[in-house]
Amino acid sequence: MKDNCIIKTVDLCKYYGEKIHALESVNIEIGKGEVVVIIGPSGSGKSTFLRSLNLLEEPTSGKIIFDDVDLADKNVNINIHRQRMGMVFQHFNLFPHMTILKNMTIAPIKLLKMPKAEAEKMAMELLKRVGLEDRANAYPSQLSGGQKQRIAIVRALCMRPEVMLFDEPTSALDPEMVGEVLEVMKELANEGMTMVVVTHEMGFAKEVADRVIFMADGAVVEEGSPQKIFSQPENQRTIDFLKKVL
Amino acid sequence: MKQKFIDNFITDDRYLYLLNGLKTTLIITFFAVIIGILIGFIVAIIRVSYDKTVKETKRKFSIGSFFFSVLNKICQLYLTVIRGTPVVVQLMIIYYIIFADFNVNKVFVAVLAFGLNSGAYVAEIVRGGIMAVDSGQMEAGRSLGFSYTKTMIYIIIPQAFKNVVPSLANEFIVLLKETSVSGYIAVMDLTKGGDIIRSRTYEPFFPLIAVACVYLFLVIIFTWIVGKLERRLRNSER
Repeated sequence: MKDNCIIKTVDLCKYYGEKIHALESVNIEIGKGEVVVIIGPSGSGKSTFLRSLNLLEEPTSGKIIFDDVDLADKNVNINIHRQRMGMVFQHFNLFPHMTILKNMTIAPIKLLKMPKAEAEKMAMELLKRVGLEDRANAYPSQLSGGQKQRIAIVRALCMRPEVMLFDEPTSALDPEMVGEVLEVMKELANEGMTMVVVTHEMGFAKEVADRVIFMADGAVVEEGSPQKIFSQPENQRTIDFLKKVL
Repeated sequence: MKQKFIDNFITDDRYLYLLNGLKTTLIITFFAVIIGILIGFIVAIIRVSYDKTVKETKRKFSIGSFFFSVLNKICQLYLTVIRGTPVVVQLMIIYYIIFADFNVNKVFVAVLAFGLNSGAYVAEIVRGGIMAVDSGQMEAGRSLGFSYTKTMIYIIIPQAFKNVVPSLANEFIVLLKETSVSGYIAVMDLTKGGDIIRSRTYEPFFPLIAVACVYLFLVIIFTWIVGKLERRLRNSER
């Protein structure tokens, strides 16, 4: 085990019924500050794996060790640990009945008991960073897809998470908006945030990832540095997949 | 014509039957709506939460989940019985059977009966409204660290409420008019008031049309208020 490991899964399995094995003994370690990009064909279990990390999917068996605590243990208060893991979804999932500012501040105010003024100040600073400070009082429906996803990222950052999980953050976006979201993610990676990203953006994986994991049929097929995976893949399945997407 | 009008409404201050009846109708409706909303939201939340937690995860047996299952069964029984029987029958059962040995205020019985009845319909409306909220909203709330309950309170219920306003308004319009059967337990509501005038003057036209107009007027006012509310709630969708 790496010394700076922040999340580690041990024999993580997720079965739907008897037949469907979405995850089959997945063992992955994620180090502090590491950017891990998970790629693979659809149905390969990469999203299920990501969603298991904060228990949005309850694993059938196995362990998820986050900061020395096994999150899969039913006696663990998962809510406390989720506060330290931000998540960004494919479909943004902003709260449509709240302004952008409220979307961002509700969690720190209610969960971290942060004073409202302080939370709003922090939110405004984050908004400035993603160039959306003028939309603070807008509602999500008034924003473009790219803007929504940037807001979703900074909303998660408002909880000062130690890890950020991205579940296909650019898959629901119009092509011309993908860049602006990836830009924010790149900045985040450069600042040393620990990130686990499920994506189809191979360019992002090549440029930003510290490690690329290729999954298929619910299992890790191959992992390594971006150079290794993209230039000298060893497994035939990886080769076939990359041939199709590159 | 003019004489008939005077006979029906002015002589012996007969308009008071309508006025006092209207007051009673409004009291019954108002409190029944409050009871209906309370019961409705509670039952809906129990049913949705049961479906989403106990049933889906199939966790091992625990006291909590057993208690929850019992609660869910009670709610289902309540919905089946209330929606399966006419409100007039429920009203009479509560008055003539349940409260048979008690000297109880009839208006209170009516409030209770209509409140219980309305609660069942509100529960199903609200359940539909909660289920219509995108499941991503629950995931987003939970991923930020909110508990199931807190996500419900801060994120799901406010959106569900907006979804159900038109159907709820419809339910309360129905409720307002359903209270017209209160006369079955001799509550002097608006309809009963009109009927008493008719029995005194043997002249159905004026009292019954007057009663109908009052209901119509109430519903129009109510619809207008709800329209305003809906527009305010919809602000965030612009």
